[in-house]
Amino acid sequence: MATFKVNGRQMEASGPDDAPLLWVLRDELGLTGTKFGCGVGQCGACTVHVDGQAVRSCLTPVSAVDGMSVTTIEGLGAGGVHPVQAAWVEAQAPQCGYCQSGQIMQAAALLAANPNPSDAEIAAAMDGNLCRCMAYVRIRKAVKLAARKGAGRSAARKAEVRS
Amino acid sequence: MNRPMIPDPSRRRFLIAAGAAGAAFGFAATAEAAVSMGPYSGAPAFEPSLWYAIDAQGIVTVNVVRAEMGQHVGTALARIVADELEADWDKVRIVHVDTDPKWGLMVTGGSWSVWQSYPFLSQAGAAGRIALIEAGAKMLGAPASSCIARKGKVFAGRRSVSFGDIVAKGGLRTGFTDKELAALPIKPASERRLIGGEFQARDIPAKTDGSAVFGIDAKIAGMVYARPVLPPTRNESKVTSVDESAAKAIPGYRGHLVLDDPSGTVPGWVLALGDSFIAADRAVRALKVSWENGPTAKVSDADLEARARALIADESAGSLVVADPGVEAAFAAAKSKLEAEYATDAALHFQMEPLNALAFERNGVFEIHTGNQWQSLILPTLAKALGRPEASIVLKTYLLGGGFGRRLNGDYAVPAALAAKALGKPVKLVFTREDDTLFDSFRSPSVQRVRMAFGEGGRVTAMDHAAAAGWPTEVMAPFFMPKGANDRPFDPFAINGANHWYNVGAHRVRALSNDLANRAFRPGWLRSVGPGWTNWAVESAMDEAAHATGQDPLAFRLKMLDGAGRNAGSAPSAVGGAKRQAAVLSRVAKAAGWGGKLPAGVGLGLATTFGQERDMPTWTACAARVRVDGKTGAVKVEKLHLVVDAGAIIHPDGALAQMEGAALWGLSLALHEGATFKDGQIQETNLGAYTPLRMSDVPDLAIEFVDSDHAPVGLGEPATTVVAPALGNAIFNAVGARVRRLPIRPEAVLAALKTR
Repeated sequence: MATFKVNGRQMEASGPDDAPLLWVLRDELGLTGTKFGCGVGQCGACTVHVDGQAVRSCLTPVSAVDGMSVTTIEGLGAGGVHPVQAAWVEAQAPQCGYCQSGQIMQAAALLAANPNPSDAEIAAAMDGNLCRCMAYVRIRKAVKLAARKGAGRSAARKAEVRS
Repeated sequence: MNRPMIPDPSRRRFLIAAGAAGAAFGFAATAEAAVSMGPYSGAPAFEPSLWYAIDAQGIVTVNVVRAEMGQHVGTALARIVADELEADWDKVRIVHVDTDPKWGLMVTGGSWSVWQSYPFLSQAGAAGRIALIEAGAKMLGAPASSCIARKGKVFAGRRSVSFGDIVAKGGLRTGFTDKELAALPIKPASERRLIGGEFQARDIPAKTDGSAVFGIDAKIAGMVYARPVLPPTRNESKVTSVDESAAKAIPGYRGHLVLDDPSGTVPGWVLALGDSFIAADRAVRALKVSWENGPTAKVSDADLEARARALIADESAGSLVVADPGVEAAFAAAKSKLEAEYATDAALHFQMEPLNALAFERNGVFEIHTGNQWQSLILPTLAKALGRPEASIVLKTYLLGGGFGRRLNGDYAVPAALAAKALGKPVKLVFTREDDTLFDSFRSPSVQRVRMAFGEGGRVTAMDHAAAAGWPTEVMAPFFMPKGANDRPFDPFAINGANHWYNVGAHRVRALSNDLANRAFRPGWLRSVGPGWTNWAVESAMDEAAHATGQDPLAFRLKMLDGAGRNAGSAPSAVGGAKRQAAVLSRVAKAAGWGGKLPAGVGLGLATTFGQERDMPTWTACAARVRVDGKTGAVKVEKLHLVVDAGAIIHPDGALAQMEGAALWGLSLALHEGATFKDGQIQETNLGAYTPLRMSDVPDLAIEFVDSDHAPVGLGEPATTVVAPALGNAIFNAVGARVRRLPIRPEAVLAALKTR
């Protein structure tokens, strides 16, 4: 039985060990901000952070996060609004919005690792996140806006404090 | 061609609750609506029309009958009301309402929302403004004629009273005679304060923090999860046996259902049930189901294409959508002719949120919680499936994780409802991505033949266009089909676009229903519908004709977009006619540097469209610049220029977002998407095999709007239909290779290079 932190709170999964983290988050823990898209790790809608790394929760068995720390879209801002989320609103990036939790989690992880990505680096990091509304122009714009606002630098600082 | 009759929601606009006394009406329900955005006070309200209410705290609740699927439609429609009402935007609340006959037709599609709603929402706003000014003037002790309304208050000089205080006092007039309504003073464009400005969409913040609730997120205590075991064919499979011995070992497995569907929507369906989605999902894989299949289990793309060609070749087949006299005479007298065949492969909706629905009975009412675009279409089917009157079924519309036309067809709600009835418990049906694809009502493959006749100087003297595809409207909404000149019905959403605004002499358009397609799968409406493929043929043929007759493709088109005769255009929405199309085309050509010198292997291509329907033209043009690799056939899109004239723009940033998304959809359909139908099923069931455009595929985009005060029209789809032909024409201009099938694959470019 896996025990792990979700958005700072200790949790325990009651289902099978090989249950995908995605469905544990959504159905057991009621965190429905993380979305089911393809189930094969190729659309990115289910992206969450596990110990700060972006992972596809649809392919991650819950046993794999035992003892680890999971952050979902609901916990990204840690009670406030994360700079990436603020940039997403400022750029008016979402259309239908279904992929955007995953896009934002992916972008936040990108900026934490690379606070000033080039267009090519943004595309390389974000290419695994499908936006069916094809709001890519604004997603790219929002990533750059978040970078300018120092989203990556503040995330890196937080990570240092945690470790 | 006439658009089929849509019940006019404006006729219902002033079925009014009686002033403040009617407060409870509308609120009890809207407080529980699946999607609402903005403050809610629950205070008694003034309802000058069905479309909005103002409460004693001045909060304006706008009732939106359209579904939110990324177009920020609630924001745009509420902005129309608020502008005319002179409301304070910060006090406007948006509610996406549940189904109720009082709303009239509930459909979100066709790029119709703003265009259809603008006239009656403006009038409704004006009616409220007038009533508030009358009552406010009394409170201020001033003549109404000296008062104005601004930002949620009525002013007499410097003194003011808020809308909320006026409503709290009561006694507001809600009755307007037809004559008064007709004479309502809608503000001139120069007096618009909320329309056309810069503002943010109301639905966006919740889409960035995980709090937005989509259909898949809907839940209720005690619900059973279900996942379908899909039959091998869409329409003709029967379950012969189910072996659940392996499924019984799965923790949380709750049995299965073989659906008995009086509506015939989901023949051959089995549902696996579980305590969780995981249990239901695993049970599907463990259940062994056998079916007896009809002959469509053997149908593949080649069969569909052969049937389409046979229909096209039979000149007596089909519905005549445009039927000028003299077509054959013009061909007989032609100095030269052109004939070409254009084809498109199947295309999937692939909306990110897989299909799902939650169904249960509560207090004698069957509730369906899901995202849906055409509630009025699926309600009668649900009534038939459940064997109960429509009046005891309600659809609660959630945010749609993508619509794109998939959720116009609400077939996915039926199995959830059947299961909930059979079990007497709430059922949450969730499709996997593969289920979603196999059950998609995808865009039918199509085949088209275009013939053109030329006279002196390459003048076009006749055009004959035949288009064959599966017809979604025939299969799902036959009452929506108008009749052609030969009195046979046709699917407007499978032929619109062919009835273009070029003057081509004698024009004939023949629409053909591919009956084999209609039987083998359920053809669907996909973003941009008919024009998504008819414009591929029209605009490719225009370029082929220009080149064949030695003319410049821009000048050739402009000559025929002369606005003469039936292409002059008329009020309310098509004022200016083809001349406005010529204007956007000229402008895009100039912006893209048409006629300039380009490096070897690089080409610029043009295409234009009037959008979705002749009575709602969205004048659109595209110039695409491509680089073609002569060795591999690979096409790199360097830049897309688009110019659009959509009349007055309500929400400029939202309009731009729609243009960006629609143009990239066009690009994705042109180069990246195409599905194979084999043995009764789509083969590309998930990503990896099906490959919509990703961020690294996005070219430079330059999008311009024509500044206009004309009637606002639709923007969700038109840009989709110009990109593919602009690319095809650019490829020809780059390397001389003519491609005639979508998607454009490198092998096709290489093959065309060999035959140039």
